[in-house]
Amino acid sequence: MADLDYLASSPVRKWRIRTGNALRALPGRTAAGIRSLPRRAASLFGGIRRGILSLGLIFLRGDFATKLSFLVMGFGCLRRRRIARGLFYLLFQIGFWIFFSTVGFGSIASLATLGDTVAGEVWNAEKGIFEYSAGDNSMLILLYGVVSILIVLLHTGVWISSVRVCRESELIARAGGKMPRLRDEVTALANGEFHKTLLFLPTLAVIVFTVLPLIFMILIAFTDYDRFHMPPGNLFSWVGLENFRAIFGLGENALLGQTFRSILSWTLIWAAIATLSNYLFGMLLALLISRRGIRCKKLFRSVFVTTIAVPQFVSLMFMRNLLSDTGLVNVFLTQMGWITSPIPFLTDGTVAKFTVLAVNMWVGIPYSMLITTGILLNIPRDLYEASRIDGASPMMQFRKITLPYVLYVTAPYLITQFVGNINNFNVIWLLSGGGPMTGEYYQAGRTDLLITWLYRITTGEQNYKLASVIGIITFAVCAAFSLIVYSRTTSAGEGDFG
Amino acid sequence: MRRRSGDVLAYAVLTVLSVLWLIPVFFLVVHSFRGEPGAAIRYIFPKEYTWDNYIRLFTETELFNFPRWYGNTLIVSLASCVLSTAYVLMIAYAFSRLRFPGRGAMMKAGLVLNMFPGFMSMIAVYFILKAVGLTQSLLALVLVYSGSSALTYYVAKGFFDTVPRALDEAAYIDGASAAMIFRMITLPLSRPMIVYTVLMSFMAPWMDYIFASVIMKDAYDSYTVALGLFQMISRENIYDYFTVFCAGAVLVAIPISVVFFLLQRYYVEGITGGAVKG
Repeated sequence: MADLDYLASSPVRKWRIRTGNALRALPGRTAAGIRSLPRRAASLFGGIRRGILSLGLIFLRGDFATKLSFLVMGFGCLRRRRIARGLFYLLFQIGFWIFFSTVGFGSIASLATLGDTVAGEVWNAEKGIFEYSAGDNSMLILLYGVVSILIVLLHTGVWISSVRVCRESELIARAGGKMPRLRDEVTALANGEFHKTLLFLPTLAVIVFTVLPLIFMILIAFTDYDRFHMPPGNLFSWVGLENFRAIFGLGENALLGQTFRSILSWTLIWAAIATLSNYLFGMLLALLISRRGIRCKKLFRSVFVTTIAVPQFVSLMFMRNLLSDTGLVNVFLTQMGWITSPIPFLTDGTVAKFTVLAVNMWVGIPYSMLITTGILLNIPRDLYEASRIDGASPMMQFRKITLPYVLYVTAPYLITQFVGNINNFNVIWLLSGGGPMTGEYYQAGRTDLLITWLYRITTGEQNYKLASVIGIITFAVCAAFSLIVYSRTTSAGEGDFG
Repeated sequence: MRRRSGDVLAYAVLTVLSVLWLIPVFFLVVHSFRGEPGAAIRYIFPKEYTWDNYIRLFTETELFNFPRWYGNTLIVSLASCVLSTAYVLMIAYAFSRLRFPGRGAMMKAGLVLNMFPGFMSMIAVYFILKAVGLTQSLLALVLVYSGSSALTYYVAKGFFDTVPRALDEAAYIDGASAAMIFRMITLPLSRPMIVYTVLMSFMAPWMDYIFASVIMKDAYDSYTVALGLFQMISRENIYDYFTVFCAGAVLVAIPISVVFFLLQRYYVEGITGGAVKG
């Protein structure tokens, strides 16, 4: 299609063309992404190879002290009187080896089986009684194993940096330069090395409370950890891809696969409708309030903002009560004589789906209203002035200025909302609790999202293996959507994500 | 003439919507003053009004120790708000302004980590806390909330990206270190951003139910309000305590509403600021 034709077509048509193009490009993009995987892997290995090569070069070219630093961390620094650094590396190495020989090695080794001694009673012939024997705790073995591996990785990182610093000291000494003193190294942390100071604590927090638990739970997906294999007392062990087979309906429990498919499709439908409805109606509401001629703009905005300010768990739990079969809404409708039997807002599967979507609009529209309002206020006034002088009608101004501007600014917000809605635990759990429950599903209700299903399975049935499989799949879904958007925005040349 | 009828229509729509949006909040307040017990009544407005529910919140503390939960939540949210704001600002600044090896990789890792559902890891978090002997304590909650907020630095990074770099360079030429630029130039210019971050991290503990329930289990004395109020409307208690629940909910909503209304401007600026200016 020629550019001119495109430019001359109506906005709706333009939109159709663009969407069509994007959809047609989707398979190509996905394929390109997959095709680029080997290249990315190659570049990763290239990076690793270069790293190893540079270490090799250091070993070959370095003097005796630097060579010895490969074995005794920080030796080169100590030799060159960079005492503080050298001592730090040396103590780190000593500490690591003490840890590794006493706890670390054993922890990693027992990862292979996740323990083999079941707890139980052992007959003590000497005392003539049954003694309780502790047995192995698969849970702790897995946890300690993962922690030990992380520590080994940390050690490798520090080791590499220590070798580099020793070589650097050697070069400084050879050139007759001034060796950095302790004070220089500390001030560097506030200047050239400021990122280390800034990132140390947050990274530590993220590793302990996000990375470590995640690795742990991902590993659980490959074990048979459920209430029949619950430590302490029982062991769990590796089962490979068994749980993934089960959730796709290839295992013994056929119901599971069916449940998974239904919940996944409802999750996606929910996320799409919830995101779009909130976005659209929020924008309309903001436009309505900011309409010329409407007074008390502040008052109207405040009314809607009130609902943001009331904590979600409060408003949602209260709504649950209002919408129950004997709740206020049904009482009101009955008294008005509009209905004879209560509407099953939360007790009928189909009605409940509409209810949660509607309540989610109640929760979400004020947010998008607020955001759109902020953007509307930011649109340069002169655009409207200029277009008015050129004879544009208000409708045209809306179509040509307001809408493109708002859409442009809120595009990233839309995708975060979509991913957020896939994981929207609060609205579903506090309102419908995932219910109404149904026998057609495995441990799930009609409005359950993947995330609430995960929660129910974890807290109720304690089926951890299944829960982590669901978690991994939820991740995959979110990641897929974000990647599509990410590749789109980067192809538009915006570079840095964030 | 057309304009007038349009206005009337707009007012009508806005009024209807406002009423719809206010109904739940209004009835929450009404029910908190209701004299009759029970989860549901067969009529719309209560027959008698009383302050009893509020009084019961503060006097009947054997089963539901509301004052204590309130205090807990306040402590936790203040502490985690300080810690998470520090985390978020530090990460965001480092990623926005400093260039160092591994920056891209770390940002990508953050992006990926964010896509895992937050409480997929909660069971593991529980065991980690147990291994260091921290479960059922407020400190654990503070650490978990702030730890998980560290990855929500995108808004702050977007904001820092819009602070002109020329300022940094000028200060650098005058001999300021990176730390001084951060403290004396970027931070003072980022007030809307900081207020937004503080606001978000202060409100989180009041709203969170899941992590608190996993970490606290049955340690009633360490409950936060969200957890405690949820107990009140469990099947066994809802008849006696529903109106008390409403009263408690109103008391929770008041401080948050006040904070939110005062700082609303910053909220909007925070969430749109980076995008609009950038």
